[in-house]
Amino acid sequence: MTLQRTSAEAALAADYAARRPVLFGATKMRDDAMARFLEAGLPNRRVEEWHYTDLRARMNEAAPLRSADAAAIGAARERLTSLELGEAIVVVMLDGEFNLGLSSIGARPQGVEIGSLATALLDPANADLIAPPGLGEADSIVSLNAAFVQGGAFIRIPANMRVERPIALVNLLSGGPRHAAYTRSFIELGVGASATVWEISENSGGETQANDALVIKLGDLAECDHIAQVHHRGEKSIAVHTLLATMGRSARFDSFALVKDTGFVRRQMFARLEREESHIGLRGLSLLRGEEHADTTLVIDHAAGHCESREFYRTILDGSATGVFQGKVCVRQGAQKTDGGMKSQALMLSDDATMYNKPELEIFADDVVCGHGATVGQLDDNQIFYLQSRGLSRAEAQSMLLQAFAQEALDHIADETLRERFASEAHAWLSMRSKA
Amino acid sequence: MLEIKNLHASIGDKKILDGLTLTVKKGEVAAIMGPNGSGKSTLSYVISGREDYTVTQGEVLLDGVNLLDMDASERANAGVFLAFQYPLEIPGVATMTFLKAAMNAHARANGQSELQTPDFMRRVREAAQKLGVSQDMLKRPLNVGFSGGEKKRMEILQMALLQPKLGILDETDSGLDIDALRVVSEGVNALRAPDRAFLVITHYQRLLDYIKPDTVHVMARGRIVKTGGPELALELEKSGYKDYVGEAA
Amino acid sequence: MAAVQETVDRVKAIDVDAYKYGFVTDIESELAPKGLNEDIVRFISARKNEPEWLTQWRLDAYRRWLTMREPTWARVHYKPIDFQDLHYYAAPKSTPGPKSLDEVDPELLRTYEKLGIPLREQELLAGVQTSKVAVDAVFDSVSVATTFKAELAKAGVIFCPISEAVHSHPELVQKYLGSVVPVTDNFYATLNSAVFSDGSFVYIPPGVRCPMELSTYFRINEKKTGQFERTLIIADKGSYVSYLEGCTAPQRDENQLHAAVVELIALDDAEIKYSTVQNWYPGDAEGRGGIYNFVTKRGDCRGPRSKISWTQVETGSAITWKYPSCILRGDESRGEFYSIAISNGYQQVDSGTKMIHLGKNTTSRIISKGISAGRSNNTYRGQVSAHRKASGARNFTNCDSLLIGHDCGAHTVPYIESKNATAVFEHEATTSKISEDQLFYCMQRGLSAEEATALIVNGFVRDVLQQLPMEFAVEAQKLISISLEGSVG
Repeated sequence: MTLQRTSAEAALAADYAARRPVLFGATKMRDDAMARFLEAGLPNRRVEEWHYTDLRARMNEAAPLRSADAAAIGAARERLTSLELGEAIVVVMLDGEFNLGLSSIGARPQGVEIGSLATALLDPANADLIAPPGLGEADSIVSLNAAFVQGGAFIRIPANMRVERPIALVNLLSGGPRHAAYTRSFIELGVGASATVWEISENSGGETQANDALVIKLGDLAECDHIAQVHHRGEKSIAVHTLLATMGRSARFDSFALVKDTGFVRRQMFARLEREESHIGLRGLSLLRGEEHADTTLVIDHAAGHCESREFYRTILDGSATGVFQGKVCVRQGAQKTDGGMKSQALMLSDDATMYNKPELEIFADDVVCGHGATVGQLDDNQIFYLQSRGLSRAEAQSMLLQAFAQEALDHIADETLRERFASEAHAWLSMRSKA
Repeated sequence: MLEIKNLHASIGDKKILDGLTLTVKKGEVAAIMGPNGSGKSTLSYVISGREDYTVTQGEVLLDGVNLLDMDASERANAGVFLAFQYPLEIPGVATMTFLKAAMNAHARANGQSELQTPDFMRRVREAAQKLGVSQDMLKRPLNVGFSGGEKKRMEILQMALLQPKLGILDETDSGLDIDALRVVSEGVNALRAPDRAFLVITHYQRLLDYIKPDTVHVMARGRIVKTGGPELALELEKSGYKDYVGEAA
Repeated sequence: MAAVQETVDRVKAIDVDAYKYGFVTDIESELAPKGLNEDIVRFISARKNEPEWLTQWRLDAYRRWLTMREPTWARVHYKPIDFQDLHYYAAPKSTPGPKSLDEVDPELLRTYEKLGIPLREQELLAGVQTSKVAVDAVFDSVSVATTFKAELAKAGVIFCPISEAVHSHPELVQKYLGSVVPVTDNFYATLNSAVFSDGSFVYIPPGVRCPMELSTYFRINEKKTGQFERTLIIADKGSYVSYLEGCTAPQRDENQLHAAVVELIALDDAEIKYSTVQNWYPGDAEGRGGIYNFVTKRGDCRGPRSKISWTQVETGSAITWKYPSCILRGDESRGEFYSIAISNGYQQVDSGTKMIHLGKNTTSRIISKGISAGRSNNTYRGQVSAHRKASGARNFTNCDSLLIGHDCGAHTVPYIESKNATAVFEHEATTSKISEDQLFYCMQRGLSAEEATALIVNGFVRDVLQQLPMEFAVEAQKLISISLEGSVG
């Protein structure tokens, strides 16, 4: 049954047809993806995986794509300076397009390949890399990203190389009139390679529609720490982030995401553990207030046995914010000795806030240990009383407990500098609250 | 120092304290003994200001100041310290952060300037050493993963640092083995002072072998039913509470 | 450990065929023609001599049903059901409406005896059971016998077939029917509203504690017959009732549809305890046949401090699609859901609950134990939600799954939705297998692998078994080991 297309869906179809001749490379991937998108339409309440984040309702109109002009580039340069990226290897996408001028990739170790996705796709063999089969294919927003992708980074780290400096992927959207941007980046870590990937995604306010995807391929024994910060201001902004990860034998992937000051965001991660003995850890902290809506959706596919997955998410909700956590751990037949543990905890500070939690287990192997826990509630009165009985005022006690709640999530960030940076951002957010 | 007059308190619809009257003088160690369900723990919560309890009648005065008008933190800063029967675990709050926050709150309340970090560290270290609280415990989040004995020592450490006028020990002996009990008791005894009073709440006489009380009060059915010297505790050890349980019904 | 020994003996006694209720009763029936249309709906209504309002109610439901689609969100797979290839009414010919048990076809009475459900009150009294249980027996589309009516009447309790209540207590039926599960609720509930056959009606007057357990025993006998029973239980202010439901069906190669609706209403301070042991025919070892159990059960804690507790032991059916739920409307009301769901062979279970917190200080508790064996799939699906005004709402959910074997699946899908800052929800779930250490320990003490498994599984489900009334608990425990027959090595 085909549903009536919304005006946004119709506009996307028309826009794709018009743009198709000028979009770079991977035409087959794009066409197939667009066909899938048009079949499914924008995700909405009737799609189980999007039940709590109705993008169709949110996205009244599809914003046009736009190339950055000189003013936008100037503003981006200023923003990059204020981000204080330190010694990181920086790759910048501005308004969806890879921008070499803003990037600083000179410090990359020899042998590390960093370039534009458009260039990489000149070699048709690379098209398969950026859309791993069977990963997130059923998701229409991932399809939309594949169809429209404007640019991105294409990074390959050779076997056994340890990249010490973080690789910062910075997706910036300039201000001005309503516009959309689609990026897709690819990072491959060869056998035994290691790297820290620091993903920053932000707009300059306004009605932007960002659809970013990051594809990470970890070879056997590869290790990757992934840190993401999402910052898309604007009540009418829309940000959709997809991470597609595949992991080899004994690989390790640890990810942490800080979401705050973001109007409407969906972060979704699809990970497939393809060989034995790998470890994945997905964690995050979401600080929500006002009318903000933040959705974290995970699908962990244990395709091989003897792997371990850990998910740990905390959400603090104030105002009339909405938080969504959906985590699905799938253990395939034969993936014996899987060890899966997931936890989602939310603190509600306001009666107008809403939290949806859906931790899911889908298990087809009998020799596994999997579990999940989810809590929603307020600060513990007993703890508040304990702190008060030691002389702290009620407000001080609450503030201390909120900080602690956030800190326990932040403690999972391995990189000390980034951990402290995120901690001070969280601290600032919380102190703003206690002043208000 | 502590004067409780005709105190009535309830939780929900359930009346727990029923006209309790009690006076504790400066420097005095008063033991409160009683059977389970007599309201001993409630008394400690009501004095320290837990909000779940409603005081329907009566007064609680500390040095003539009515505590019932204050919230829990104001009472703490006025000199009330409750050593909890079950100290709370507070994940994510570093013990040192917590101790500093509490000591600073007391300092501010008493019009003193906040502690300098080196001074704070020195005081904590000294007190910790006396109580056998390890550096490792101080580094961990407050009470998280502590054994029963470690938690109780942490309570006494806090009491030593906050220097209250009135220390309330709520079943401090519960869950302690003999060695831990000795360490904790010595900690308490070291804090006995002419201008400090203690309310020692316990079900058993055992604790009173280590912390010698000046007076012993028997509590039953929400009030004090008998008052005497240390010999009263020994008597109870022999005869049990059966004489008191039915009495006020 | 007597019960355990009994379990072990029972497992040993089992021959090839594990389903002991698979016989067919040879009894003459009156069948409605196959298919569904307005005439069939009118036919059913006419057979029961229903008042005009109810005929219209059914027709409205039927028309609505025509516009609806079958739900697809559950994790169950089956060939499309041909709703025109079913009989929507079947009744043993000698009935309807026997005046006394003497008028009941002796073949029917024997059927219930075989099932272990004595319908003669003196047998009940003489039997091993120490407490009395009043039984309403529903055979295909009609209620064939209700016991202990007179004694219940003394207490003011009404316990009768719903077809009878329509005539004897029309005001109660009209007031409450469809008030918890609206006619338009879902595909199967709407179908049920159009064609429901029979079921039990219970009314407990204010302040009355029902003097005995009430029980309904459902039996599908006819081929190609859907069973659509409807149960309505009303506990008036300050009353209490415990109700038990049991079900079986003969072994047949084709699938049979069972789409029941159960509505519970608890007014101020009332309590309803509803227990089910569901043992419909699950299909054979190759997955042929078995009952499609698509059931809507919902309780409405309408009054303050009311309480509804669901306990279910689900061992039968080819497919189970069932979510006994509680609407916690009254302030301080409480909902409970205790479930054991066992799947073996090719069974598919998608079951759980909904706890909808609307009133202040409402509490709920969910304990679910799922056991998958063979090639089955077993899904827990549960929703806990606190609405804006549900301040002080509390929920605790624990759901554990156990897998036995390499070819089965165990799934957990909770939906936890909070719109109130003072609501506190805690959810925990685990999936594991029977520990090798435990098995070894038991086997080292002389138990066979199967006995050891039954023993450990009984331990796993103990929290829920404890919620069942005594007679049922023993029965359920036996059923568990039978259901797991053949699942070990």
